[in-house]
Amino acid sequence: MKGLLQRDLRLAIRAGGGFGLALAFFLIVVILVPFGVGPSADVLAPIAPGVLWLGALLACLLSLDRIFATDYEDGSLEFLATAPVPLEGVVAVKALAHWLTTGLPLTLAAPVFGVFLNLPSGGYGWLVASLALGTPALSMIGAFGAALTVGLKRGGLLLSLLVLPLYIPTLIFGADTVRRGVDGLEAGTSLILMTGITLGTLALLPFAGAAALRVNLR
Amino acid sequence: MSFWEYANPRRFMAFTDRVMGPAFVLAGVALSFGLVWGFFFTPNDFRQGSTVKIIYLHVPSAFMAINIWVMMLVTSLVWLIRRHHVSALAAKAAAPVGVTMTLIALMTGAIWGQPMWGTFWVWDPRLTSFLILFLFYLGYMALWSAIDDPDTAADLTSVLCLVGSVFAFLSRYAVNFWNQGLHQGASLSLDKEENISDVFWLPLVVCLAGFIFLFLALVLLRTRSEIRKRRVHAITVRERAA
Repeated sequence: MKGLLQRDLRLAIRAGGGFGLALAFFLIVVILVPFGVGPSADVLAPIAPGVLWLGALLACLLSLDRIFATDYEDGSLEFLATAPVPLEGVVAVKALAHWLTTGLPLTLAAPVFGVFLNLPSGGYGWLVASLALGTPALSMIGAFGAALTVGLKRGGLLLSLLVLPLYIPTLIFGADTVRRGVDGLEAGTSLILMTGITLGTLALLPFAGAAALRVNLR
Repeated sequence: MSFWEYANPRRFMAFTDRVMGPAFVLAGVALSFGLVWGFFFTPNDFRQGSTVKIIYLHVPSAFMAINIWVMMLVTSLVWLIRRHHVSALAAKAAAPVGVTMTLIALMTGAIWGQPMWGTFWVWDPRLTSFLILFLFYLGYMALWSAIDDPDTAADLTSVLCLVGSVFAFLSRYAVNFWNQGLHQGASLSLDKEENISDVFWLPLVVCLAGFIFLFLALVLLRTRSEIRKRRVHAITVRERAA
């Protein structure tokens, strides 16, 4: 499993596309927002938490179909399915690799992008905390969606339609944490609820993802 | 004689052939009776005037929208556990009915909301969770239509239905956290002191029964045509092989 993680990370970094692309996409979304709503800090500051979370979510979505698609095409997924590691573990490791190459960089870069959007000073800590605890859920849900659609020719659009509604609870609590942090309210509750969702997805979705993969490999 | 006998498509077809006609008749009678009663023979509400009468469409369709998803969850589980094809086809057949019910509930709510709340749409928790339910139905149907192999499609949509149910439930309570509501609370519960007046309650129950029969008839009709489609497919494949 450790070997699989190393292999996936190496592929993501060397093959290009996955690693930097999500960050660049996040940057572009953040830059486009002021063009859409105007440059005034009065407008940008209140919407900054939501925009940052939405940007991170969309950037995460971008590379989801690569989690299983390339391995499915060249047949290595079938090797993984027959390997002594349980398929549930493979799904979890794949999601972890996806998180390390998208969620983690997004989390680390988010404060910088927060400056662009005039995020009020109280929100930075909560922004990083909520993204760090929330993006693993995005990767895990995404890995499940990718496992569902791996056998399809053009699964990308369908993948977004399936995965985005599943992102709603995480988005609600994640953006709510930052908004409350900015307003100086008690933000811990939202953060804890969101972390609960993350832990729940990490515990259960590997099984659903592995079930979907088995069907697709049949 | 057990319930599982009807997992045999032939038994299912024979049984539903007898049941479907009466279901349509009952749906027609209950709906026309309930709606005419509700629309023309109930008093106007003290505050809402005649707009209150949209309740006879809004409440039953919302009720069905949620319960059809639950029915799809149950039939998906039956498919995953016992591998009865009829069950998977029933789930497939129910989804378009469910999405229509969701749409009816959303639209009647919007039509009522314009004169009463002064807006077609607010981001109220109940309204929002219905919109999310609508998205779940769309995703479920899209996945069915995207996969060619029927067994793979049935398996994957069932898994999606299970996971989707958990997330739909989560979203239902997450949106409460996110915004305060305009929508009134429950007033049809059986265990509450203060409920809707009997004048409105009785025709509403008749309409609810009508919607339930209508759903039953429609889902049977659609399941039967799915089964026939399978048979036709099997015959054409066999002929091509011969």
